Amino acid sequence: MLTLTCPYCGVAACETELSPGGEAHLKRFGPGSSDDDFEAYLFLRPNVKGVHFERWRHAMGCGKWFLAARDTATLEVFGTYSAQTTEPPPGIVEAIRAKRPDWSPT
Amino acid sequence: MSTRLSEGGRLIDRSRKIAFRFDGKRLTGHPGDTLASALMANGQRIVGRSFKYHRPRGVVASGAEEPNALVNLGEGGRHEPNQRATTTELFEGLAATSQNRWPSLDFDIGEVNALIPRFLPAGFYYKTFIHPRPFWKHVFEPFIRHSAGLGRAPDPRTTDPDRYEHFYVHTDLVIAGGGIAGLQAALEAGRAGAKVLLCEQTAHWGGRAPVDGVEIDGAPAEAWIAAALAELEGMENVHLRLRTMVAGVYDHGYVIAYERVADHVAAPDAPRHRLWRIRAAQVVSATGAFERPLSFPGNDKPGVMLASAMRDYLVNWGVSPGDRTVVVTNNDDAYRTAIAIRKAGLDVPCIVDARDTADGPLPQEARALGIPVKTGMAIANVKGLRGVVAVQLCRQAGEGAVIEDVICEAVAMSGGWSPVVHLWSHCGGKLAWDAGGAFFRPDHEKPPTSHDGEGFVVCAGAADGALHASEVLGNAGAATGRALARLGLSAPGRVATASAPDEAALSPVWMMPQGAGPKKRAKMWLDFQNDVKVSDVQLAAREGYESVEHTKRYTTLGMATDQGKLSNINGLAVLADALGAPIPQVGTTTFRPPFTPISMGAIAGEARGAVFQPIRRTPIQDWHERNGAAWEPVGHWRRPYCFPRDGETKRDAVNREILATRTSVGLLDASTLGKILVKGADAGRFMDMLYTNMMSTLKPGRCRYGLMCSENGFLMDDGVVARLDDETFLVHTTTGGADRIHAHMEDWLQCEWWDWKVYTANVTEQWAQVAVVGPNARKVLEKLGGDIDLSKEALPFMAWAEGRIGGFDARVFRISFSGELSFEVAVPASQGRAFWDALLDAGAEFGITPYGTEALHVMRAEKGFIMIGDETDGTVIPQDLGLDWAISKKKDDYLGKRAQERAHMTDPARWKLVGLETLDGSVLPDGAYAIAEGVNDNAQRNTQGRVTSTYWSPTLEKGIAMGLVLNGPDRMGEVLEFNTTRKAARGEDAPTVKARIVSPVFYDAQGEKQDV
Repeated sequence: MLTLTCPYCGVAACETELSPGGEAHLKRFGPGSSDDDFEAYLFLRPNVKGVHFERWRHAMGCGKWFLAARDTATLEVFGTYSAQTTEPPPGIVEAIRAKRPDWSPT
Repeated sequence: MSTRLSEGGRLIDRSRKIAFRFDGKRLTGHPGDTLASALMANGQRIVGRSFKYHRPRGVVASGAEEPNALVNLGEGGRHEPNQRATTTELFEGLAATSQNRWPSLDFDIGEVNALIPRFLPAGFYYKTFIHPRPFWKHVFEPFIRHSAGLGRAPDPRTTDPDRYEHFYVHTDLVIAGGGIAGLQAALEAGRAGAKVLLCEQTAHWGGRAPVDGVEIDGAPAEAWIAAALAELEGMENVHLRLRTMVAGVYDHGYVIAYERVADHVAAPDAPRHRLWRIRAAQVVSATGAFERPLSFPGNDKPGVMLASAMRDYLVNWGVSPGDRTVVVTNNDDAYRTAIAIRKAGLDVPCIVDARDTADGPLPQEARALGIPVKTGMAIANVKGLRGVVAVQLCRQAGEGAVIEDVICEAVAMSGGWSPVVHLWSHCGGKLAWDAGGAFFRPDHEKPPTSHDGEGFVVCAGAADGALHASEVLGNAGAATGRALARLGLSAPGRVATASAPDEAALSPVWMMPQGAGPKKRAKMWLDFQNDVKVSDVQLAAREGYESVEHTKRYTTLGMATDQGKLSNINGLAVLADALGAPIPQVGTTTFRPPFTPISMGAIAGEARGAVFQPIRRTPIQDWHERNGAAWEPVGHWRRPYCFPRDGETKRDAVNREILATRTSVGLLDASTLGKILVKGADAGRFMDMLYTNMMSTLKPGRCRYGLMCSENGFLMDDGVVARLDDETFLVHTTTGGADRIHAHMEDWLQCEWWDWKVYTANVTEQWAQVAVVGPNARKVLEKLGGDIDLSKEALPFMAWAEGRIGGFDARVFRISFSGELSFEVAVPASQGRAFWDALLDAGAEFGITPYGTEALHVMRAEKGFIMIGDETDGTVIPQDLGLDWAISKKKDDYLGKRAQERAHMTDPARWKLVGLETLDGSVLPDGAYAIAEGVNDNAQRNTQGRVTSTYWSPTLEKGIAMGLVLNGPDRMGEVLEFNTTRKAARGEDAPTVKARIVSPVFYDAQGEKQDV
C-alpha cells in the first residue's frame, strides 16, 4: 500500500485512492509511424527493477493524473510531479541522483 | 494428569467459577483462565488429534505459537474452526469441540495411519496418487477430500450474528507487543512527545518478565509494569490497546492490527473484532521470542511441553503439568521451569541437559533444591500411548542406547529461543544468523524501507535478539531512540535496568541424540500441526529439495494455521545439516502477514449486506421497486430487466413489453446512460480524436452515433453525441461505461493533449432520461403540451431540441435504439419521477408500457444494432462489426487508427458480424461456436464463428441471433452447425443446431419506422 503525494492537491494519497497508469513519458506514435515504433509505443515496456517513472491518477481524490519517480524494488519515492511534461523535471532528476549516484536518465 | 494447584495463579480469580463445555463435557474454570489452562486444570491432557497420523496431542505452548490445541469454538452462527485454546479467554458458557478426530478424541479410527510406518511420508500424495488415472475421480479424490483440512467449516445455512468494524488511524509510532520492552519503548516515545499506539495481543501487560522473576530497578517486574502503565495512561499522546495483535506490516508504513474486542465475553454488546488500518511513520516490533522444541523421539506425546509454557501454566494459572516433570534442555533458561516446579511443591526427577557442563547460577540453584542434573544426556524415547508415563535417557553424543528409565508424567523441553522477527520481515527486512544464540536476528543494516528510503521498523528487546532480561530494556531504549531520531525527536534517555541471574551459552541441539538412527528420526516431530518429522525433511533433502521454500511445500513443514512458529528454525537446521550447508545459506521461508490468522469478519468489517456495494439509484427507481421490476445488475446500478405482471413469467413479460412498444408506445428509464459534457475551444478537435467518425462537423441541434476505440484499436464504447453549441458536445456512453470513458477522456486531455482547451464533466446523475418509444410516442408527448415542436419537420430523426414538455424542462433527442419512432427526453434529475408519472398518465389511453433492459436488448438485436459487451469483448474492432461507415476516411488520426492498420487487424480472415437464423426457429445457445472441419492441436473441433447475441423475437416469432463468422458477410445463405450443451447419446456425435447466415438487420431494414 504505497502512499504518493498528489502534486496538485497536496494530499499524501494511499494506494486505495490512486489508480495506476503504467510507464510515464511515452512518446505517442500515430498513423504514419513504422510498425516497430508503434509496437514499441503500445506494448514494449522495459519493466525496470530500480528507478522508474510512472503515471498515477488521484482517482478517488482530485481526479488529476500525475507522474511519480519511484524505485520499483525498494519502493522509495523520489518525487511526484505534473503529468504535463515530456521528461522528468530537473528537481526530480537531482533527487534521484542524490540517492542513486549511478543512475542516469536514458 | 495435569491439575489445578491449591494456590498460585497470578492471572486467575479463584473466588469465582465459570462453566464451559468441551466435547459436550461440563467443566469449570476461573475468570482469567485461557481455554488451554482450564482444560489442563480439569485434567484434559489430550486436546486434539494431529493432521496426518491422528496422533493424540496435548497443549505444547501457552500463546500464539500453539500448534496442537486447536478447537472448534462456538455453535451455530458463531461456530469457528481452528481457534487456539491457548489464546482463547474463558467465558461463561463457552462451548468448544476437538478437531480432526473420529469418532472421539480418545478413540480415533484414523490413528491406524500411524501404525503403518511407511504410510504418508513426505511427498506421499505426489508419489502415490498418479496411476491408474480413473482412480482419481472415484478413489483418490474422495479419500483426500475426506482427510483434508483441519476443523469443520461453519454451517453455510447460518449467518454470523456478530458485527465487525474498521478503524483508520495515523500515528507516529506503532509498538507491537506490551512486554517490558514494548512498555519501555512506549515510555520513551511518549515522553519524547510522539503519538504512540501500543498494542498487546494478550489480555495482560508485561509479557513474561513477571513469570520469569525478573527484577527491574531493584524491585519485582510487576511493580515497574504497574508504574509504567500508570505513567502511559496519563499521556494524551499514547494509546494502549490490549487484545490487539499487530497482524502485518506493509509498504510505506501501512500496518494492520486485529483487535479481539468481544471474543472474551458471552453476549457481546460491541463489535466482535476490529481491524485497525494504520499508517505509522515508524514501527517498533517488541514481539519477544518463541521457545523452540527439541527433536527427540516421541516429543509430540501429550505431556511434553515447552519449558516456558509449563512455567506460564504454573505461575499464571496455578496449573500443575503432573506430579513428576523431567526437564530436557540445551540452555540455562529451562532451569527456571525446574525451579518453579520444585517451588510449587512438585517433583522434578531430573534435568536432562545436552551440554557437557551446566554450572551457571540457575543450574546451581536447581542443584541446591535437590534436583539431579544430568549433563551430556538426552532423551532416547518417551513412553506412553496417550501421554507420557516415562522417559528413557541416553547419551546426547551417542546413538540412543538406553541408560535408564525415569518415571514421569510430563516433560518440559527447551531448545533455546528464536526472536519473533515476523513484523521486521513482512516488508522486506533481512535477517542475520546469530551463531552464539543459534537464531536469526534482524540485520540492522537491511531494514524494511519506506517511501523515503529509510528504515521504518526497529526491533526492541527479545525480538532483536536481546534474550536475557538484563539486555532487554537497554536494547528497547536504543531501538526506540533510533525510531524517534527518524521522526526528528530525541529520546529523553531514562531507561530502566532489569536484572536476572546470568545464563551460560546454549549449545545448539537439532537432533537428540545426535547419532539417532532412522527409526528414532521417524519419531522426532518438527512440525506438530502437520506431522512433519526429522526423517521427512531428510528424505526431501535426499530427493533433491535444496531450497527451503520447496522443502516447505513438499513436506508441509511450517504450513497451516501456525505457519511453523515452533518448527521453522528446527526444520531449517535439519535441512541444512542434510544438505551439508551452513544454516544462514539455506535461509528462511518467507514471513507473510498475518502473524496469526485473523477473522474473515474483521477483514470484511462493515462491508456486508447492503453496505457491501452501495447501489446507484435513478430518480425513477422507487417506481420500479413498487411495480415489481425483475432486476439486472449493470455496473453499480440495478436496472429493471422487465416488469412481470400477476403470474407472468419473465419471458412473457419481455414479449408483452416488446409487442406493446412496437405496436403502440413503451417507456424506458434510460437515466443510467452515461452523459459527459465536452466543452471548450478545442472540443471539436478532441471529439475527432476520441471517435472514429467525424464529430467536429456535427451541427448544433443535431445528433450523431459514434464509436470510441482504445489506442490499440479495439472498440470500447459507443453512443450518440449531441452538439449543444459550437463549443459544447454532450456525449452519451453506455450505462457501464460512463466512469471509464470519462477517465479515458481525462487521461488523454491531462497527459497527452494538455495544451488543448477542453473541459469535461460527467453529468450522468444530473439528468433523468426517459425513452418514449413506439408509433404513438409523439402523441403521448404532444398530449403533455409545452413549447417544443415535435413534428417530423421541426424535429427530424437525429435532431434534438430544448424547451418545455408539459411543465418540465426538457431536452428531447430524436434517437432510436429500437427502430421505432423514439424520443429520448432528459429532464433535471429532480423532475424525473414526476415526468415519468406524467408520461404514464398521458399514455394510459395508448396502453403505455414500461419496459426493461431485456426488451431493449431484443429490440436492438431485431434491428441489428450492436451492444458493447455482447458483440464486443475487448478483441473486436469496428471493422469486424461492419461499422466501416462510422469510420472516417478523411481524418489523419483518431485513437485506434494506427492500431487498426496493423497486419492482424486488416487480416481478411477476421471473423465478421452476421445475422443467424436457426432452420427450426429455435433460439441458438448464447456463446455457441460454429464448428468447422477437423480438430486443433488439443483434439478439439475447429471453429469458424461464434454467437454474440441470441434472443427469441416476439416480433418475428422466431429465434434470432448475431455472431462473428469467418468470411461471414460473403457467405449469406450458407448454413452453419453450432454446438450445444446437450449431451451426446452413446456412440453418437454431440448434437448440433443448424443456422443460416443472414443480414443482422431482421426488422425494418430500410429504417422507415424510426424516421416518421
